[in-house]
Amino acid sequence: MASTDGAIKEPILAADGTPLKQALRRSQARERRAAFLLVAPLLLFILIVFAVPIASMIWRSVYNPEVRNFLPQTAAALQEWDGEDVPPEPVFQAMAADMIVGVEKRTIGRAAARINREIPGARSRMMRTAREVDEWSAPYREKFLETDERWSDLDFWRLLKRETRLVTPAYYLLALDYEYTADGEIRPRPEVYRIYKALFWRTAWMSMLITGICILLAYPISYLMATQPTRLANLLLILVLLPFWTSLLVRTSAWIVLLQQQGVVNELLVALNVIDEGGRLRMIYNRTGTIIAMTHILLPFMVLPLYSVMKTIPPSYLRAAKSLGAHPFRAWWRVYFPLTIPGLAAGCILVFILAIGYYITPALVGGDSGIFISNLIAQNMQGSSAQLKLAAALATILLVAVLVVYWVFNKLIGVDKLKFG
Amino acid sequence: MGETKGESYLLSDVKDAEPAGLPRVSSGDVRSNRPMVHFDKVQKSYDGETLVVKNFNLEIRKGEFLTMLGPSGSGKTTCLMMVAGFEPATHGEIYLDGQPINSVPPHKRGIGMVFQNYALFPHMTIAENLAFPLDVRGIGKAEAEKKVQRALDMVQMGDGSFHGRRPAQLSGGQQQRVALARALVFEPKLVLMDEPLGALDKQLREHMQLEIKHIHESLGVTVIYVTHDQGEALTMSDRIAVFNDGVVQQLAAPEVLYEKPENSFVAQFIGENNTLLGKVKAINEGIARVELPDGEVVEALAVNAGPGERTQLSIRPERVEIDPDESVSDHTVTARVEEVIYLGDHIRTRMTVAGNSDFVVKTRNRLGARRLDPGASVRVGWATEDCRALDHE
Ligand SMILES: Nc1ncnc2c1ncn2[C@@H]1O[C@H](COP(=O)(O)OP(=O)(O)OP(=O)(O)O)[C@@H](O)[C@H]1O
Ligand SMILES: [Mg+2]
Repeated sequence: MASTDGAIKEPILAADGTPLKQALRRSQARERRAAFLLVAPLLLFILIVFAVPIASMIWRSVYNPEVRNFLPQTAAALQEWDGEDVPPEPVFQAMAADMIVGVEKRTIGRAAARINREIPGARSRMMRTAREVDEWSAPYREKFLETDERWSDLDFWRLLKRETRLVTPAYYLLALDYEYTADGEIRPRPEVYRIYKALFWRTAWMSMLITGICILLAYPISYLMATQPTRLANLLLILVLLPFWTSLLVRTSAWIVLLQQQGVVNELLVALNVIDEGGRLRMIYNRTGTIIAMTHILLPFMVLPLYSVMKTIPPSYLRAAKSLGAHPFRAWWRVYFPLTIPGLAAGCILVFILAIGYYITPALVGGDSGIFISNLIAQNMQGSSAQLKLAAALATILLVAVLVVYWVFNKLIGVDKLKFG
Repeated sequence: MGETKGESYLLSDVKDAEPAGLPRVSSGDVRSNRPMVHFDKVQKSYDGETLVVKNFNLEIRKGEFLTMLGPSGSGKTTCLMMVAGFEPATHGEIYLDGQPINSVPPHKRGIGMVFQNYALFPHMTIAENLAFPLDVRGIGKAEAEKKVQRALDMVQMGDGSFHGRRPAQLSGGQQQRVALARALVFEPKLVLMDEPLGALDKQLREHMQLEIKHIHESLGVTVIYVTHDQGEALTMSDRIAVFNDGVVQQLAAPEVLYEKPENSFVAQFIGENNTLLGKVKAINEGIARVELPDGEVVEALAVNAGPGERTQLSIRPERVEIDPDESVSDHTVTARVEEVIYLGDHIRTRMTVAGNSDFVVKTRNRLGARRLDPGASVRVGWATEDCRALDHE
């Protein structure tokens, strides 16, 4: 043994004198090409239906073309302006030219709408001026100010200058309940508009809670399945997988029948005198409903990896621990539990990541207090182009959160150690 | 527990310990007359329909190396599991050092166990695996380290390069040693081993047999060993319990088992055996006159057959002489040579004797040894005490 130590300093050569590593690589090139061709269709598919849309979503969340594209000359002229006083003549001249083009091409409305979102009333003023401007001639500055004195509003021009940037963080600020002030500072939005951050937190803690409940329910079931004869184990597995096999609507209506205030559970509790008529529990169309239904749906994702890991742990480990003098609980904690961590971690990451992006169940049984961030993303996706961008920003934040969770798991456990099934 | 003797055998230097089998525990100790393990009419059934272990009675002396030998499915592991506490006895009682243990949970029995697949904890290092039983007993770190080192020394893995490795980074033989060390590190008085060498190759297995035997001798622990390899059982054991069908067929020292099998199962199972079927005509002073199918009459020790009964004669191949002179055999019969197999140190000759065409004769390949030709007709013979008249199964 000792003779081989330290002797492998210089590269080993193949028979023809090329380094062995290089020869090996060359000999494997063909197989690698074949392997690549095998996965190429899937790679292409993923690229088209997954990578490209996600990239476009991220781009959309920061893309801000209106002012720059529809008021190009104004945008250029404003670069010279220092923002201290009403802009000089060239800016107004550029604005007039842009308006003429805009009216002709019917794009001026879109630019006006964009600005109107930040300064209410700006749209009607712009449109009115735009209709008249082709009859004017230089100098434009006075004409503008005569028509409407609000053209001297510094906030308007500052906003316009800010919005000439093609890339804007504005939607991310909105998604985190912040906004720009008129003079370009970032500040929290007024109390009544602050909804997204709270919803992110709610999504996170409810997902954690659901993951926790799934662990508590799945661990004993998986253990039972792993230690019972195959026939019984398969029966249990079918019960666990049942939510996958029933349609969403059937499942949801079952929950409604069970959990509503006139539902089976409440009737039973009243009949047993556990609660009285007035004290019927609200268990659906609120947080409780979301938690119950989502735990049910996500449970298999916890059970399957746990079960597959537990099945590989021979019963002799626990027996060995006991024969060595460990109390059954200690034997379980020191020997069995550590060996199930790869499955447990895989289950947690699956359930948690699925939960924070879940949409349909909270929408159906969550009421107002039980909805998740995805529900607001969906809601925003139905709206105007600005809401669409907000939705893109929210979705991107969610995506980043998922990646962060994954990264943390990787640091803690090591993804290569996870066993998904 | 009044005993101090042998309680810390790992802390005394193993190498200097006297190699004799029993004296350490037994000398001058009154309690040592009690068997270490006592099976008292134990029965076991898994399904309530068939008995896997039927009326099992066995006493295992302190310091003894007892092997349970038997074909697959004969209930050996089941018996071991009942001692360890992982399977309850359906009926009967098991005593450990005089105490009934049926209601004692496994972790309180203090019995060391080596599993067939070793059952080393894969997420712990070798040192952690060995420290586990000490840790759960609340033994201090420094003392535990010392004991771990001793135990690893004992199995010749104490040079320090193994402590930090995981079981998966060891060879099969090394894992086996670690499992052995782990079962011994907390100094149990009784160690159970369920086919511990089953996964090793032949050479390593033979080496480990001797090593386990030496460790047993130097520590003086009681060992119950399970195997279905008869060579292993013969090499290692003080006594062997031959199992079949949930019943102990014979319990005896290896040489007794080989030379004086009590019934035809043991004769067949241990070593090579020639059987001749016959009928007992008469028994006189322990010698049976047996008539073979071809009409010849031979004499045999009447071990397990009565007058008028059908019997199975058992003769070991190396006890048969070809063309013997009067001084060695009492009796000769006619045989036809079927096949001659040359094996270097000895020659096997397959013959037909009294209708049995599988009658094998083993002769040493000494100078001038005669090689027979197939088809030749010869006389073969044996001493009466080498031929045992057993039950006809
Ligand atoms: N957990 C169990 N449930 C039901 N039957 C069992 C169980 N364990 C063993 N048996 C049955 O009991 C009988 C004896 O089994 P046991 O494991 O004791 O045999 P063994 O002598 O150890 O055999 P081997 O040499 O193959 O290990 C077998 O017929 C087996 O099928
Ligand atoms: Mg067995």
